[in-house]
Formats: sequence, C-alpha cells, structure tokens
Amino acid sequence: MSAVEAVAAARRRGAVRARSVTFVLLLAIVVVFALSLAVGDFPVPLGDLPGLLFGQGAGRAAYVVTELRLPRAVTGVLVGIAFGTSGALFQRLLRNPLASPDVIGVTQGASAAAVVAIVLFGAGGAVVSAAALAGALLTGATIYLLARRGGVHGYRLVLVGVGVGAVLTSVVSYLMTWADVTLAQQALVWLTGNLNGRGWDHAGPLAAALVVLLPAALLLGRALTGLQLGDDTAAGLGVDVERRRVVLLLVAVALTAFATAAAGPVAFVAFVANPIATRLVGGARAGLVPAALTGALVVLLGDFAAQHLLGAQLPVGVVTGAVGAPYLLWLLASANRAGRM
Amino acid sequence: MRTRSLPLTAGLVILTAAVAAAVLLSIAVGTRGLSPVTVLDALFHFDPGNPDHLVVRELRLPRTLAGVLAGVALGLSGAVIQGATRNPLADPGLLGVNAGAALFVVLGIGTFGITSVGGYVWFGFAGAAAAGAVVYGVSSLGRAGATPVKLALAGAAVTAALASVTSALLLTDQTTFDQYRFWQVGSLTGRDAATITQAVPFVVAGVVLALVSARLLNALSLGEDVARSLGQNVPVARLVCALAVVVLCGAATAIAGPIAFVGLTVPHAARLITGPDHRWLLPYSALLAPLLLLVSDVVGRVVARPAEVQVGIVTALIGAPVFVFLVRRRKVVAV
Repeated sequence: MSAVEAVAAARRRGAVRARSVTFVLLLAIVVVFALSLAVGDFPVPLGDLPGLLFGQGAGRAAYVVTELRLPRAVTGVLVGIAFGTSGALFQRLLRNPLASPDVIGVTQGASAAAVVAIVLFGAGGAVVSAAALAGALLTGATIYLLARRGGVHGYRLVLVGVGVGAVLTSVVSYLMTWADVTLAQQALVWLTGNLNGRGWDHAGPLAAALVVLLPAALLLGRALTGLQLGDDTAAGLGVDVERRRVVLLLVAVALTAFATAAAGPVAFVAFVANPIATRLVGGARAGLVPAALTGALVVLLGDFAAQHLLGAQLPVGVVTGAVGAPYLLWLLASANRAGRM
Repeated sequence: MRTRSLPLTAGLVILTAAVAAAVLLSIAVGTRGLSPVTVLDALFHFDPGNPDHLVVRELRLPRTLAGVLAGVALGLSGAVIQGATRNPLADPGLLGVNAGAALFVVLGIGTFGITSVGGYVWFGFAGAAAAGAVVYGVSSLGRAGATPVKLALAGAAVTAALASVTSALLLTDQTTFDQYRFWQVGSLTGRDAATITQAVPFVVAGVVLALVSARLLNALSLGEDVARSLGQNVPVARLVCALAVVVLCGAATAIAGPIAFVGLTVPHAARLITGPDHRWLLPYSALLAPLLLLVSDVVGRVVARPAEVQVGIVTALIGAPVFVFLVRRRKVVAV
C-alpha cells in the first residue's frame, strides 16, 4: 500500500468512527430524553409518549409530560448543546485545554450579575435570567475591549479574562458572605446550575438564540482546523485569523450567555464536553457536533440522576461534575496509546 | 545573561525590603493603631502587661506570619505549576488541591463539628494531599506518563468531581454552609500562633522542593523531548514539581483558605520582570505574592472600619486591575 493510500484509509477510518460516535451519542440522548419524560412521581409508560407529545391525549398525563417534563428536558438538551459548543470553541480557538467560559471570566460575569439580583434585590425567575444574560455579554465585551491592542492576541485575551474573572469572583464571594444565609444558599443553587422549574419561557429564548448561533458556529468553525495549527500557519493557509477568531469568540460568549441565563452556569459541562468528544472520536478530527452532543448528554444524564437517583431534589450542576469528571478521568487513564494524549 | 543578573539582584533586594515594610505595616495598622516604636518594642522587648504588646504578639503577629507564609507558598506553587504544565492558565489549585481541601473542610465542619480555624488546618491539608495524589496518580497512568495536558485535564476533572460533592453537602446543610462561606472567601483573621507553627514545616519543605525544581523547570519548559535530550529525567522532574505544588498550595489553603488567584497571577507579573528563567522567576514570585497578600490584608482592615473585608476579596480587587494593566501594557511573555 502506498503512503497516499495509507493516509486515505486512515482518514476514512477516522470519518467512519466520527460518524458512528455521533450516531451513538444521538441515540443515547434520545433514550435519556425519553426516560426523563417517562420517569417520575407520576410514571408515564414509554409507549404513551409519542401520543402525548403529538397532541393526542388529555388529562393529567398530558399535562405532566408536555408542561412539566418536556420543557425541562428540552432546556437541558439546549443548555448542554450550547455549553458543549462554546467550551469546544474556546478550547480550540485559544488552543488551551483549560480554556472554557468558566475560566476566562464570561461565566463569572453572569454569576456576579445574577447573585447581585438574587442577594441585593431578592429577584427570581426571569429577572435573574435577564441579569445573567446582560452580565455575561457585558463581561465578554469588557474583556474583549481590554485585551484589544493592535489586534486581539489569544494569550492576552485569556489572561485579561482571568483578571476580570477574579474581580467578579471576589464580588460574588463578598456578596455571599454579606448576605443572609438563606439568600446566599439560594444564590448557591443558582451558581451550581439548576433545571428545577424550567418552563417554556426558559427554553424559548435559548432555542431562538441557538437557531442563529449554532449554524454560525458550525459554518465558521470549519476554519478551526486551520486556526488550531497556530496563527502563522493558519494565516499561511489563507484564513483571516483575526476576524475569524473574534467572530467565533463572540459566538462562544453568546452561547454561554444564553445558556447561563436559562439554567445558571451548569458546572463543568463547557469544560468537559470537548475533551470527552475528542477522545471518543479519537484524534483532532472531532468537529463541534460531537462536543455539542456530549454536552447535551452530560446535562440530561446529570439532571436525570439529580432528580431520580439521589432522592433530594438537587440542582443538576451538582451531578454534571460527578458524571462527567470520572468519565473523563477514566478516558485519560485508559488512553495509554501514544498520540492520544 | 550576566548583564541581566545585576538589576535582577537589585530588584530582589528592593522587593525583600518592601516585604519587610509590609510586615511592619501589617503589624502596626488595625482597629488599634500602633506606632512603629511600639511595634518594635513589642517584638523585641515584650511586656506581657502592656495591652498594645499583647495585641501585637497575640493577634497581629500570627496574622502577619500567616500572610507571609501563605503568600510565599502561593507565589512559588503558582510559578512551579505554570512551568511544569507549560500552561498560563494553570493555578496552584489545578492539581485538585483547593477542591480537596474544601471538601475535607466541609466534612470537618458538617460531620465532626469543627468550628475553629485551627481545626480546619489538618482537614484542609489532608484533603489537599489526597486530591493531589489522585490527580497525579491518574495522569501518570498510561505510556506517556504525567504529560502537562493529562495533568491539567485530570486536575480539572478531579476538581469538578470534588466540587460537586462539596456543593451537594452545602446545599443540604445550611449550618455548615454558613461557616464554610467565610472560610471559602479566603481570610487571615483568627489564625493563632499554634496554627501557624503547624504549617511552617510544610511551607519550608515546599520552598526547598520548589527552589530545587527551578533548573528542572527551565529544562521542562523547552518541551519534554528537549528536556530529555539535555539529560533530564522528565518523570522525576515532574514528580518533584507536583510534590512542591501540593505541599505549598495545601499549606497555603490550610492557612488562608482557597485564594488561588494569587498563585495564578503573581507568576505572570513576575515573568514580566524576570523573563522565563525560573531561577529568577521563583524568588520574584515568592516575594511578590506575600507583598500583595499583606498589603491587601492591611487595606481590607482599613477600608470598611470597624468591619473588615477578607483578604481574598481585596487581593482580587487590587491585584486584578494591576494584572490586566500589566498584560495590556507589555508584550506578553509566553510561559
């Protein structure tokens, strides 16, 4: 076999594997999604779900499924997709496995605004969501402006983000010690990431945002392979490095902002989705789609476990770390072939 | 190289003097203002009957020492972890140290009913050591050993897993949360002499390990292959660095709570002065960090009299703008 044929065969194998991983992830999401609609204090037989979802059937089962469980599960999937995509974008754009919206300040912006709303103004629901959205976008803009100096250098952007994030974290910590302990604990629930009581008014805006942002991420994300080789190489390959990076970062920030507004900064999803997806697909060929699906699966599984396996109604963020992290550790420990990191 | 070493040595002398001044300031300033003469008297001619002397000996001195120890430990461990993982985003808590300490402190408060800061210390330290061991163990599995990427990912993963458990405990136990939130913010108050004495041997051991690792880090920063071709035993070098980080950061977290920000940013500021040579970078980080911590602590005592703002908050509020300014102003120096 010639070298060219060997490379082509390896590429085909990679592509097949990427497709099968994507398919398995989708299947798993559908299964967990169906389970989270069916299982609960008011069990609904799996066979009844299609009828209930598509309009036939009335009464209690229809109400529980379409008004309570469906919006929650949909919000979970959307939030997972948004965090997964945005984490993957950050990590690949900045070429740093530690980069994620949680590290470089955007999440902290949302958190600070939301905690101010909860602790100082006793707000809840939509007000907190709006505050979080505004906080994340404002912080993203601030970081960008501060890091801008004859072009945005990725490394400088990250460090400025870390600095801004530190200030905002200390604001959150201060408010948490200053506030009444009950309010502070409420804020802690929000800060952990929570899907309890999420309805269509949470899923709607996020879905609308995703309709715009996801295609943008996927289309522009094609340049990622070039950008990952380093700025100079990418420029040599004809990628308009500066503009691509800025637009993609904006998309990533917006994804984080809308997802955080809907469910709070669900711990760890943005960070873990990309490394898990990359290791499942094997190698650098993983696109954004596997990362997005991994994010959705982690959130759904986390919420399912939080609701039904742990007894108390814990927020989903408590479990996403406990679900995603050991899996990532296992992947790291079992990947002993050279070249898989 | 020789031309650089003279100004850098002078800088070290100036920084040492600045830290000494900050120490005196930290002893003198507070709700009860003391003159420098009283401070020196209390230190060198202690009179147990004099209330001012008691304040110095019983309150201010332990607190200041806590600041110095935590600062040195955080600055050094930050510089070492960034060098060893070759990642500018690495903070000393990366090896799971802070998350482990936090979980054990929560267990200590919730399960064993510990209420004193002195009681937290051992829990904090045990948690830090356990988490550090798990992270290093997991990432050294497999053929390539503990590569920077694996260390970083394993550390972040363990941190997330532990943080999940911690927040589950906090959400279900309001009393524990009420105590924990004051530990979590990072503070130097209420540290008595006994607590500090317990931490000293760990910090000393960590400092020795860190200073030993300076040359190793210089080699590691060239990349694994180059380091090996220079005759470096890469796994041993990484192990020394990881040990130094766990011991130092564990001690700092036990003393002052999780103030990872100091360890993350001070090495960047130091690197702007010294460049990438770890033989200079480490001592500069070790002096800049306690300077920042002590000054922040003094400011925290003054701004909101008679209340105090915790050092963790002031450190970020003072340190971060300076940091952003430095990052903006200078051409960035890669790790």
